[in-house]
Amino acid sequence: MNDRLLDFAIRYGFLILLAGLIVYFSLAAPGFFGPLSAAFVLQSVAITGILALGVTCTLVVGGFDLSIGAVATSALMLSAYSMVILEHPTIVAVFLCLAMGALVGFINGILIVKFRVPDLLATLGMMFLLIGLQRIPTQGNSIATGMTLADGTVAEGTFSAAFLWLGRHRFDLVIDRLLPMPVVIFIGIAVLIWLFLGFTRHGRLMYAIGSNERAAALVGTPVNRYKVAAYMISGVTASIGGILLAARLGRGDIASGNNLLLDSVAAALIGFAVLGAARPNAFGTAIGALFVGILLQGMTMMNAPYYTQDFVKGAVLVAALVFTFYLSSRRSGTGH
Amino acid sequence: MAVHALKVNGLQKSFGKNYVLRGIDVTLEPGSVTVLMGANGAGKSTLVKVICGHHRADGGNMMLAGQAFDPVGAADAIRQGVVTVHQSIDDGVIPDLDVANNLMLDRLVERSHGLFVRERHLRAEAAKVAAAMGIDVNLRARVSDLSVADRQMIAIARAMARAPKVLILDEPTSSLSATEADRLFALIDRLRAQGVAILYISHRMSDIRRIADRIIVMRDGAISGTFETEPLDYEAAVTAMLGHRMTEVDVAVQSGTAPVLELADLRLFHGAAPINLQARDGEVVALVGLLGSGKSRLAEILYGMARPASGAIRITGTDYAPNSVEDAVAEGVFMSPKDRGTNAVIPAFDIADNMTLPFLKGLSVGSFLKANRQKTRAQEMVSQLGIVCQSVGDGIGTLSGGNQQKVMIARWLLEPAKVLLLDEPFQGVDIGARRDIGRHIRATAKGRATLVFLAEIDEALEIADRIVVMHEGAIVGEHKNQNVDLGALVADISGAQSTETGAHP
Repeated sequence: MNDRLLDFAIRYGFLILLAGLIVYFSLAAPGFFGPLSAAFVLQSVAITGILALGVTCTLVVGGFDLSIGAVATSALMLSAYSMVILEHPTIVAVFLCLAMGALVGFINGILIVKFRVPDLLATLGMMFLLIGLQRIPTQGNSIATGMTLADGTVAEGTFSAAFLWLGRHRFDLVIDRLLPMPVVIFIGIAVLIWLFLGFTRHGRLMYAIGSNERAAALVGTPVNRYKVAAYMISGVTASIGGILLAARLGRGDIASGNNLLLDSVAAALIGFAVLGAARPNAFGTAIGALFVGILLQGMTMMNAPYYTQDFVKGAVLVAALVFTFYLSSRRSGTGH
Repeated sequence: MAVHALKVNGLQKSFGKNYVLRGIDVTLEPGSVTVLMGANGAGKSTLVKVICGHHRADGGNMMLAGQAFDPVGAADAIRQGVVTVHQSIDDGVIPDLDVANNLMLDRLVERSHGLFVRERHLRAEAAKVAAAMGIDVNLRARVSDLSVADRQMIAIARAMARAPKVLILDEPTSSLSATEADRLFALIDRLRAQGVAILYISHRMSDIRRIADRIIVMRDGAISGTFETEPLDYEAAVTAMLGHRMTEVDVAVQSGTAPVLELADLRLFHGAAPINLQARDGEVVALVGLLGSGKSRLAEILYGMARPASGAIRITGTDYAPNSVEDAVAEGVFMSPKDRGTNAVIPAFDIADNMTLPFLKGLSVGSFLKANRQKTRAQEMVSQLGIVCQSVGDGIGTLSGGNQQKVMIARWLLEPAKVLLLDEPFQGVDIGARRDIGRHIRATAKGRATLVFLAEIDEALEIADRIVVMHEGAIVGEHKNQNVDLGALVADISGAQSTETGAHP
């Protein structure tokens, strides 16, 4: 009986908590329950969520990617540089960013599988390198139309309407102009990664690598290829996050995206607790991101000061981790 | 000798309904090396774990130097003077510290040590310990940079720093080369001279010949033989270890049909003798040999994990030179590796996922897995091999060792193999599961060549049509599994012919 209760708590505890939060805020904060508020929550977690889905893939193969935040801000700066200074069309800017993300992921992967650098250290180094690199072309300045370049000329390019559309367009749903483009992309990526990790043989083999790399290798799994692929997925999703951020801001702001890494890692780790999975999974990651978003939105509407936000996120994360590692370890034999 | 170093009386231990120790009586004398032999599952490691305080006994008692001895934990056993050096030596050393710090580690733990490390003093003390033990390595070297043998010496030296009455060495030579083992034996000789009672667990006949003062043999949780009169009767000890069990399984010996796997002048490493071997369709060949005999190396070469120094491998007449495990699997060469915990089991997966892992491609449409198909295939194997489980969706960790191993074997029976390699398939497997696995391997042997790599003779006698003995990278003997001359087989395995004269007719 007790065992069954524990099992139920592990499996549904987090979702019940989430439902409870929604009910509580709906009652306590007028205006919380409604399409506008929901769209706002989704918008606030979309970019973090996209990054979190990428880092989930690296967690699945037993790795970690600390460079995602830096990749996203690099993509932000690169898209601005490409369009404002080099005056590229949208498609080129987007392609450059995605290619940059894939390349960074590839280098991360090679550092890890070929040069045997531990994942945390390799991606930490890459993070540092990118944070520095993205500042060099503009001498540390943000990029905006009309800025004066080092050679004295003025940058005359602009963010194209098509590019800004990616970050600012809102689809009609229930009410006009409700659902922002980044949310649609977030949901799309979440579904893709969920299908990939949960239902394809590639996903299954990646979980096998994360659980016992040697055993996976000894059944003939190309372990290194899958690991590199995981980091490339992570790099590409991070660059998508960066593109959306740039499109929303409409300028290459050097100071944006500071919190992206921590927020998205937190979402992925909170995701371990969802449905008692006790391992990285796409559904959990998306719910984890949403959980944080709902909590913050509700608190903001109840006039909690903004500076308590990080504290709340941290508390949720710690609670989720205890949930995952302590409770699940008491349940014997974790299959799925 | 008036007082025994350790006296064990009627020790009993069971796990659930499984009686592992059924009243063991053992005495260890100071200044004497007692070798403990026994096949897998005989209860050796359980006995050791009770003595060193990992398990509490269910019945019986122990006396340490005349005093009652009932350790409540490993630390307590050590404090009372029973020190164990376990098989995995890295448990006994801190790889990232240097030799001096490792030797003095126990001193640093003591509360009386004080806050600051007196570097010079520590090094001087360490040098003294090293000299006393005859360890000749740079004390500033990091332990991780040392050879396995040196690390082992240091683990033993650390154990000796506590001046134990009883020292237990659990398969200490399992990862040592012959010269490295010689150094260990010299150390053991020195400890014996100092009056330490040593319990030495090993399968290696050459070790046993070298250092045993007495031999105790365990079988099925009981002592099946004690040998203490000079000269020690090694053959009788081996027979006591294998006992009657080998006659229980009757193998209908097949000689196989067409040759499937051919090794032509294959040299496992530079300077090794060339190997020539044929394995035929429907035949089960056991490769037996001690650690370091080259059988693991041969398995690795066949499975694409290592390259031979020279020579050729052919499968059904076609040259076969795999560059990776992927290549090997693609060519129809499958291997179930030894040490399933590290090499085979995916702890996060359920039975079906674990079993179907190598063949997911065939079980998916496009890239998408067909979960139902996976389940059905797994279910078929579960009933064929008699795997005891609630459903194929159970976590692999919920199964017993024997059932886990059945899953790992079933993994490679899902699709037809040309060559099936089984490396120590009976490791950590109870006798019932072992019979099931053996029977199933033999029943399905048609259509492939099966090579089983084993250290234990009785396991080879249970499963094989032909037993091939390896020693130092070469094939030194071949026995059809019919009225096998055990003496000759044991002699081949222990390399007696080359190292001893006159001991065996």
